Amino acid sequence: MDAITSNLGLFASGFWGTIVLSFFTMVGSLIFGTVLAAMRVSPTPVLRAAATTYVNVVRNTPLTLVLFFCAFGLPYLQISFGNTTDQVSFNYAVLALTAYTSCFVCEAIRSGIATVPLGQAEAARSIGLTFTQSLRFIILPQGIRTVVPPLASVIIAMVKNTSIASGFNNKELISAMNGVIELRGDQVPLILAGTAIAYLILSIGLGQIFGLIERKVRIAR
Amino acid sequence: MRFTKKAGVFGATALAAALALTACGQSGSPNGGNASAGPSPEYKVASDVKLDSSPTWTKANKAGKLVIGVKFDQPGLGNKKAGADKPEGFDIEIAKSVAAGLGFKPEQIEFKETVSKNREPFLQNGTVDLVVATYTINDARKKVVDFAGPYYIAGQDLLVKKDSTITGPDDLKGKKVCSVDGSTPAQRITEKYPDAQLVTYDTYSKCVDNLNSGSVDAVTTDDAILRGYAAQSSGALKVVGKPFSQEPYGIGLAKGDTALRTAINDSLEKLESDGTWKKAFEYTLGSSEGITIPKPDRY
Repeated sequence: MDAITSNLGLFASGFWGTIVLSFFTMVGSLIFGTVLAAMRVSPTPVLRAAATTYVNVVRNTPLTLVLFFCAFGLPYLQISFGNTTDQVSFNYAVLALTAYTSCFVCEAIRSGIATVPLGQAEAARSIGLTFTQSLRFIILPQGIRTVVPPLASVIIAMVKNTSIASGFNNKELISAMNGVIELRGDQVPLILAGTAIAYLILSIGLGQIFGLIERKVRIAR
Repeated sequence: MRFTKKAGVFGATALAAALALTACGQSGSPNGGNASAGPSPEYKVASDVKLDSSPTWTKANKAGKLVIGVKFDQPGLGNKKAGADKPEGFDIEIAKSVAAGLGFKPEQIEFKETVSKNREPFLQNGTVDLVVATYTINDARKKVVDFAGPYYIAGQDLLVKKDSTITGPDDLKGKKVCSVDGSTPAQRITEKYPDAQLVTYDTYSKCVDNLNSGSVDAVTTDDAILRGYAAQSSGALKVVGKPFSQEPYGIGLAKGDTALRTAINDSLEKLESDGTWKKAFEYTLGSSEGITIPKPDRY
């Protein structure tokens, strides 16, 4: 047990690293995913095609490769954000995770949009709302409410996906775990279990929050 | 149907792009082993070994094979080239010679990949009989496994480009230095040289790629591992040669198997006195000039 208790500081900083990485990715992918979904249902063929292409390409690429492309491809093209190496790596990781998770957010929201009866869109249009207005005030508010549970799954999967970022110069739970294993090779199974519990705490916590949101925004049909 | 076909083409393009990307990522990585020329050393297999008091040896003898955990991704030490069926390197030679001392022929050895995370668990549950995998002897590990050796004293060193101005760890101020996430060398840089910018990846080959491309200024880990990479680079990279730590590499075995440990220490001692050690070192890691062969620590 002392392998964990005597390295709590390391674990705590890793835990915080995972939270920060997940938070920025969550915000980014919810916004970008919604934009993608709006593009996929828009009346403009070019936007539809662009969003469809994007989702199909990125969703079908393994996340490790997406990260590879961001962490090793972008510097090659001399694209980087931030001043220190750590900042640059963090931004690459957020970018890659957002790019990847957005596809799943987009598809979840699009399935929500499909649940809104067609009559709603027709009614919106007949009172003179533009496409953007009907999406913003009529369709999305109803559509998103129905997809809170699948969105929760997408976000929880994303939190666990942040573990891949440790291979690309990011400090999070997995890198903390690697560090502690190096220090305390005598208690490897315990350290692995401790890390799993840390992820469990994060995921269950998130699940609870999404459950709360789900009850809050539920609509009687 | 039209839709799916289109998506398929896009997917294929993305995959092709991704593959091209990974391919160029790996072009700088070394292909392993055989730094210097010469024939592979042969080891005399002992025929009269009887170690009934060792449970590990008894089990291996009955099965007719010895399972040895080694690394598959460290050039010069324990490295399995893509497509090769056997790993090669200094650790592998040590493993073969120790196995010979225990009465096992080379074809009776099964090499199993171990990584830093599973060395102790594999020894504890008997998945492997021995571990020869850049395994630093330390007190925390001694609590759960026993060590024979050391057979080599590694030290943390720096790998740099041949025209680099870095001559030691004190030159690292403001420089980007790369190591593996969570490893002891990475932790030492954080603690002792906080002025250096530490960059961590999950493998040393990514670090070496970054060094070749100029994204980092140095790669740091045990000198033996760095020697392997330097040997692969045909002169483009060099090891600075001022080790700033001591990492005694030992052979891990199940805790409490004193008979086996004594036997391994005996054969290591013999190896070192009859020149086989030196031969194995020069065959895999290059010149052994200035390297002292450690005496096994019979604790």
